[in-house]
Order: sequence, then structure tokens, then C-alpha cells
Amino acid sequence: MRPPLDGRGIVSNLLALSDKHALSVERLTVAYSHGDQLLLALDGATLEVKRGEFVCVVGASGSGKSTLLNVLAGLDRPSAGRAHVHGRVALIFQESALLPWLTAAGNVELALELRGVNASARQKLAYELLNRVHLAGFEKRRPHELSGGMKQRVALARALAQDADVLLMDEPFGALDAISRDLLHEELERIWKESRLTILFVTHNAREAVRLGDRVMVFTSRPGRVAHEVQVDLSRPRSLDSPELAVIAGRITDRLKHEMAV
Amino acid sequence: MAAELASQLQLPEVLPSRPHTVRRSVAHVWSGLWPKVGAVVLTVVIWQLVVWSGWKTQTALPGPWLVVERLAGDLRHLDFYAGVGVTLRRAALGYAIAAGAAIVVAILIARIELARRSVGSLLVGLQSMPSIAWFPLAILLLQRSEGAITLVVVMGAAPAIAAGLLSGIDHVHPLLIRVGRAMGADGLSLYRHVILPAALPAFVGGLKQGWAFAWRSLMSAELLVVAANQTSIGQQLQSARNLSDTQQLLAIMIVIFVVGVGVDSLFGTLDKAIRRRWGLLGAES
Repeated sequence: MRPPLDGRGIVSNLLALSDKHALSVERLTVAYSHGDQLLLALDGATLEVKRGEFVCVVGASGSGKSTLLNVLAGLDRPSAGRAHVHGRVALIFQESALLPWLTAAGNVELALELRGVNASARQKLAYELLNRVHLAGFEKRRPHELSGGMKQRVALARALAQDADVLLMDEPFGALDAISRDLLHEELERIWKESRLTILFVTHNAREAVRLGDRVMVFTSRPGRVAHEVQVDLSRPRSLDSPELAVIAGRITDRLKHEMAV
Repeated sequence: MAAELASQLQLPEVLPSRPHTVRRSVAHVWSGLWPKVGAVVLTVVIWQLVVWSGWKTQTALPGPWLVVERLAGDLRHLDFYAGVGVTLRRAALGYAIAAGAAIVVAILIARIELARRSVGSLLVGLQSMPSIAWFPLAILLLQRSEGAITLVVVMGAAPAIAAGLLSGIDHVHPLLIRVGRAMGADGLSLYRHVILPAALPAFVGGLKQGWAFAWRSLMSAELLVVAANQTSIGQQLQSARNLSDTQQLLAIMIVIFVVGVGVDSLFGTLDKAIRRRWGLLGAES
């Protein structure tokens, strides 16, 4: 579905990819030219995510986390290495990035339209999806009439409308207040369980990563690479405030500080 | 925080609702209107004072009351409406051609790098060039015809409209383009669903400015061309001058002013409606 892009690196959607894996990244390197300098955003990052797995990536800013998602979504080109994605991909940004001239339902309907859903079926489907993220009654609102948390719910519904197998999330709740974020964690966890989506979730918040992820990957700073991996075996649903979670998050934070100091 | 929590818990009544009482909207209209009314009154007062000062005779510079009487008289004549009709038809034709050409040119410049480097730089120059400078050439090519007038109007309006649309396309938030592409839009569908709607507010700004240029160019051209015995506004203005009929001249000037401002305010309303819908008006909406 996604053709290999230019450059030496390869992004592909191989059905031959092992059935267990939703995405795999091998020695992925991404360089940007900045003036006459060449900046490395990612340097040989390698990771694999199983189908239905919820994986969080933690790193300081500049660790190439967003670049990783952009490559997987086909928006950036790898300079070297490979990235394979199994199935459709949807991307959620930090700012909800809704189209401001469309209503909540309109935004979801556009995703459906671009996916090729019939005009007659779109509205009903969009309303169902908004209902699924608890936004029934807000279908006709425009983005500027919605709170930050509600906008991210619409963005979530829009991503679901793309009928993706893999959901890539780029610090989606970074700009929200604590309570909205808490509610959206629950929401996301519920949707993930219901749908068996594979989620790759990028954040700079270690607690959030431990709250949500089956596994947490710690990225090095500038250039980014996987430095450390933590399996989170706490039972779900987890509480952001639980002491067990805080212990694991604390270890990750230490590791992050160590990475930044290097 | 409380509002955020409440909205998360789906209590729509906590979100700001729009109070819409008749009294409020009358007050709203008046608050927008009174400075304009004040400016008109002030102008009339100054005009009258100059007339009373005896600087010129009443025939050379008639007072506001005489001019208004004359205008009321004109409004009872069919000729007057025929003239306004001719002028408005020319304005509409020239403006429509200008808008169509501008859209094509702007999209070409936005899409093709070579077009940007060539035509794009000309656009700035064309915008600052007084469109009446095209008139001698237009007369040589098309004689004193409708075509010459249209050409001047098009050359006046098109650069401003194209520049507005182009700046709209160029300044679409990159995140929106990424979103569109991430949803699978590309090429034409990216334009249709993301880029053009995002550019619409700037485009309307360009349309508004283009109208001002079109109207100006048209008046200049009509003063210079007396085509096919059409009694256009510009020609009425010119013949009033020839007859030294200042009353008539001022009456027509008022008409020119009112038409220009009227159409401009239509664009203003459109602009505001779009900005409100796009969420660009902030707390006001």
C-alpha cells in the first residue's frame, strides 16, 4: 500500500512481515539538512512492536521520537535502514490538528471520505465514532468551540475513522490539564482493548508511559536510538498515582537524566 | 478547570451559549454604526462651513442640501439608473474575469516553482503599478471600446486577488498539510480538502482588495472613454464637469462613494462570517 520512498532507507508495508509484528524498525537513520549542516534525528534506531501491543517511547526533546512516527506514517523519508508497517497507519498529533472550518463530525467524515467510504454512510458512521469517544451531542461543534480534551477526542475518533491497524500518537495529551489527561488515558485504554489496535505512543512523561504501555522504550537524545527497554507488568487499569507505577517511572526518569547528561 | 471538567462530563449547558436578544443585536448594530454616522455628519458640517465662508460662489461649490436635492432629482430619472447599470455591468464583468484569471495564476505559481520565480515576482510589480497606466496600450490595441475598459479593470483587480490567494496557500499551517497527508490526501484532494479551505480567509481578503482596485480602475477608465453612447457613471461625471454643473458632479461623486463602500461592506461581512466559522475571531465568536 505504501510504496518505498526515495532515499536509501525503505519504508514498506510487507504482508510477509512476521504475523506477530505490527511494525518493525531496523537500524533506522534519519538526517535533516539544516543550512549546510547535517543533523541526525535518528541514528540506527531498532525496535519491534507486536500486534495488539501498546508500546510507549520516552525521550527528551530532540530524541527523534516524532521523526520516528513521521517515518512510520510516511511523512518523512528515512536516510538509511528500514521501517516496516503491517496494515494501515493513523497518526495523532500533539495539537489536535483538526481542520478548523469543519465541525467535529465533518472532520471525522473527511477521514472516512478519504478512505473511500460512501457519502450515504459517512454521517452515521461519524456520529457512531464520536459517540464511541463520548462526544455525542457535540457533533456540530467546530474545533474552536471545543475544549482541548474534547479536541483530542475528535482527533481520536478521526484516527479510528481511518480504520487503522496501527495508531501512532505523538505526545497527544501533552498540552492537556491533569484531569482531562486522566480521562483520556482511560478512554484510550478502553478503545485499545476493544479494538485490539497496536499503539505506538510517544511522550516525554515517564509516568504517562508507565500508565499506558505494555513496554516502555527509552530513547537517547540527539541522535535518537533505543537506549533501554522496560517491561511493565502492572495490572490494568493502572493509576497514575500508584506507588508501584511511581517506582518504575522513577527508574525511567533516572535513565532519561543519565541519557541527557551524556 | 471547572469548565474543562464539566465539559468532559458532557454538560453542554456549561459551555458558553450565545445570548441573542433583539435588544442586544440592535445595540450591537448601533455600536458599529454610530462612528460612521458621526464621520458623515462631521464631513457635511465642514462642507457647509466652507460654503458659508464664502470662499467660492454657490454655483462653483454648492452646499450639501442643494447636492442632496439634485441627487434626489437624479434618482427619479431612468437615465441615471441606466448609467449605474452600465457601470456595474462593466465592474462585474471585469471583476469576474480578474478573479478567474487570478485563481488560475495563483494556483500555478503555488504549484510550479518556475512559475513562482518568474510570474511570482512580476505579481508584486503589477500590484504596485497603477492600472490606468495600461489604458493607452488598451486603447491602441482595442480602440475606445468596452474591451479597453475591461482590460484596465482586470489589470487593476487581478494582481491583488492572485496575491491574496497565493499568500493564503503559502501560509497554510504545515501541520494541517501533514494531517491531510496522514489521512491519505494528496495532490488534488489535498488541495480540495485542506489547502484551499485553509487559504479561504486570505483569498477573501484579496477579493476585497481586488474590488477596491477594480472600482478605482473602472472610474478612471470611464472618465477617459466615451464608448458607444453609454451613459455610464464616469461619463455622467465627465459631462457634469463639461457643463460646469458642480451640483450634478458632487451628486455623482456621492453615488460612486456609496457603491464602492456598499460592495466593500458586503466583502467585509463575508470576511467576518468566514473568520468566525474558521475560529479566527477568538473570544468574539
